[in-house]
Amino acid sequence: MSTATFGGSGLGPQAETTMRHYQSQLQRRRLYTVLSILIFAVLIVASLDFANRANSGKFFERLPYLFDFLKTFSPDSPMEVFRAMFDLPSPLADGSLKYDYTSDRIYITESLYIPHFIYQLVVTINIALVSTLVGSSFAFLLCFFASTNLVGAGATRFVVRRIMEVLRAFPEIVIAGLIAAILSIGPIAAIAAITIHTIGALGKLFFEVVENADMKADEGLRAVGASWLERVRYAIVPQVMPNFVSYTLLRAEVNVRASTIIGAVGGGGIGEVFRLAIGRDHAAKAYAIIILLLVTVIAVDQFSAWLRRRLTHGAPLDIAKGVA
Amino acid sequence: MHSTPLIPLADRARIETQYADVLQRSFLQRFGLLIGLGVVTLYLALSAVFFHVVPALQAAQWDRASAYLQDWVSWRAQPRLRFEDGKVTPRWTLRGQYPEGAEIDWLRPRADGGYTVYYGNAENRLEVTPKRVDAIIGGVLYPVDISDTGARAPDNAPASLRQEGEKVVVRYGFAGQAEIRASQVYVQRRFLGWANFLFDTRSVFWGKSFGELAGLVVSGERLDPALSNIAAMGRDIWHNTTWQHGEIFSQLMQTLVMAFVGTLLGTLAAFPLAFIAARNITRSRAANWGMKRVFDFLRSIDMLIWALFFTRSFGPGPIPGIASIFFTDSGALGKVYSEAIENIDEKQREGVKSLGAASTLVNRYGVVPQVLPVFVSQSLYFFESNIRSATVIGAVGAGGIGLKLLEAMGTNADWDKVAYMVLLILGVVFIFDNISNTLRWKLIGKQGH
Repeated sequence: MSTATFGGSGLGPQAETTMRHYQSQLQRRRLYTVLSILIFAVLIVASLDFANRANSGKFFERLPYLFDFLKTFSPDSPMEVFRAMFDLPSPLADGSLKYDYTSDRIYITESLYIPHFIYQLVVTINIALVSTLVGSSFAFLLCFFASTNLVGAGATRFVVRRIMEVLRAFPEIVIAGLIAAILSIGPIAAIAAITIHTIGALGKLFFEVVENADMKADEGLRAVGASWLERVRYAIVPQVMPNFVSYTLLRAEVNVRASTIIGAVGGGGIGEVFRLAIGRDHAAKAYAIIILLLVTVIAVDQFSAWLRRRLTHGAPLDIAKGVA
Repeated sequence: MHSTPLIPLADRARIETQYADVLQRSFLQRFGLLIGLGVVTLYLALSAVFFHVVPALQAAQWDRASAYLQDWVSWRAQPRLRFEDGKVTPRWTLRGQYPEGAEIDWLRPRADGGYTVYYGNAENRLEVTPKRVDAIIGGVLYPVDISDTGARAPDNAPASLRQEGEKVVVRYGFAGQAEIRASQVYVQRRFLGWANFLFDTRSVFWGKSFGELAGLVVSGERLDPALSNIAAMGRDIWHNTTWQHGEIFSQLMQTLVMAFVGTLLGTLAAFPLAFIAARNITRSRAANWGMKRVFDFLRSIDMLIWALFFTRSFGPGPIPGIASIFFTDSGALGKVYSEAIENIDEKQREGVKSLGAASTLVNRYGVVPQVLPVFVSQSLYFFESNIRSATVIGAVGAGGIGLKLLEAMGTNADWDKVAYMVLLILGVVFIFDNISNTLRWKLIGKQGH
C-alpha cells in the first residue's frame, strides 16, 4: 500500500487535494499507532520490572529451574495416579499420608464407597450449581428494575445498578472470609461469595438484554391496559429468556472455576484438597486432581455449549462479556 | 376478563384448527415451567441438607458477626486496668492506639490511685478502684465488689450488667464494654472511624487536629529539621506501621500488574495463534483442530492449578500471577478470537486477494480491520475480569492485595484494615471498568458490545 505511486499519476486538482488530505491523515494515524505502541511497550517493561523486583524468586534466575519442579514432582508410577484417584490401596503404602489413599473413602454402604477426590469434586460442582441457581434468580428479579425501558432513568435504576456494581466488584475472598468467621469454614462461605458475585455479574448482562428488547410487544400490551407486571411477564420475559438462559449457562461454567479457587482459600471442595496435595508434595494425588479437574471443566464446557446452541438456535453470544 | 365471547360453533372449530399450537399446548409447554421450578426447589432443598445449612446457621455466632461488622467502621481501644499493689495500672496491647504517657480524655486517673473510664458521657462511666468497681449506667450507680475469688454483681443489677461465672460484664452498647475480674478490668472502648489512619503513635504529628496540621504545613517550625513539614507528614503517612499505606499500595499495584501484563501477553499470544485456528484463514484441518485443542487445554486447566504450579517454580509474587493469567487467557482469548475471525465478511478478503496481494497482506487488510475492534473489546472484558481474579489468585500464594486481605482476615482483629482494602479494590475496579467502557465505546460504539 505505498502512497508514492499516486504522485505523478495525472490526477485532477480536486483529486490532488483529496489525496493530500488523505495522506496527511494517514501520517497522523501512523504517528498515533507508533506512539501508542511505544507507550504500551514502556508500560509493559516497567510492569515486568516491578513484578520481577516484587517477586521473591527472580524470573531469569528461576527460569532454568521451571521444569525442575515437574521433574521432582512426579508420581512414582502412572498407576499411582490412578490409585489416588479411586482410593485404591497403594503397594508403596508406608503409613505416611503421601501413600494413604484409602482412609478418606466416603462409605455409603459397608463395601460401596465414593472415592474422596470424586466426592470433593461433587461438592465443588454443587457449590457452583447452587450459587448459579440462586444468583441467577436474584439477578432475574433485579434486572427489570435496572432497565431504562421499564423503569425510566430515575432513582430506582440508579440504586439497583449501583447495588449490582458493588456486588460484582466486592472481593469474593472477603465475603467468604467474613462468613467463614461467623459460620465456620466450609462450602456455605463459598456459596455465599459466588452467589453474591453472580447476582452482580448476571444482573448487568440481564438488564442489557432487557434494554435491547423489542418494545412493540410491550406497546401492544399497554394498549389493552395491562399492568406493569403483566407487561414484563408477557412482553419482555419471553423475548429475553433464551439470552438469559445462555448467559446463566456461561456463568455456570465460570462458577465451576471460581468455586475451585475459592475452595483453595478455605471454601472446601476440590480446591482445598488440591492446595494441600501440592503443598505437601503428594505428587500422585495432585496429578489425580488435575486430571479430574481437566475432565470436569471440559465436560461442563461442552455440555453447556451444546445446551446453549440448542436453546438459542445458533444465535451468537458475546462470550467475553459473560466472563467479565 | 373471564366473560365468554359468543363465537358461532363453525367459527370456533375453524379457529381451533387454525391456531392449534396456541390453544392446544402440549403437556410440556403447559407444565414445563412448573416442573422445572419444582426440580430446582427440590435440588436446592437437597443441597441445603448436603451442605448442612440449617445446623451451620444454628451454630452461627451472630454476636461475632455484629462485632466484626462494627469493626469495619470503628475501632476499639482495649486497655487492661490491672490491680497492682493497691493501685490501678493501665496496660496496653502491642497494637496500642496511644503513645506512652498520652493524656486520654476518656480514661482519667483518680486521686485515690484508681481510674475513671467514660463511656460517652458522665452518666455512663466506670469508677475503677482495687477493692470496688462502681458501674454508673444511665446515671444509676451499681457497685461491683471485688474479692480474691472474683467479682460479684449487686442483686438489683440491670440486664446490661451481668454476672458470668467469676467475672462481671458491663455493656454500654456501641460505646464499649468492660469485663471486671479479680485481678483486672478488661476495658473495651469503641469509637467511630479508623484509629491512627494517617499517623501512627511514633509520629510527631500524632494526635494533632486538622487545623493544627494545616497550620504546620503553611507555616510553623520544622518538627523534623531534615525535612519540610509536609514532606515529613508524607513520609509518616506512607510508613504508618498500623495501616501500612505504602505496603498496601505496593500490593495493590502488584495485583494490577498481574492483571494488566497477564492479559496483554495473553492477547499478544492469542492474536497470531487465532489465525492458525481459524478455518477460513489456515486451510489445514489438522492445524485448525490442533490449535483449537491447544486453546481448550490452556483454558481448561484451572487458573488455580497454573497459579499453584508457578508459585512452586518462581516463589510467591506477581510473576506466578502473571503466568497463570497469561496461560488461561491465551487459551480463552484464542478461542474467542478464532471464532470472531471465522465470522468475518469474506468479501473484503476476496477484494484484497483479487489485487494479487500476498497472504500476509490479505490478512492484514482483509481481516485485521474487521476483527481488531472486536479483539480489543474482548481483551478489555478479560482485563476487567482479571483484576478480580488476580485478587483471588493472590490469596492462593501469588501475592498482591489478595494475600494481604487473607492475612488481615486471619487475625479477626483487623476488619477495619479489610474495609480499607475493600474500598481500595472497589475504587480500582470502578476506575478500570470505566476506562475500559470508554475505550470500548470509542472503538465500536455503544451498540456493538
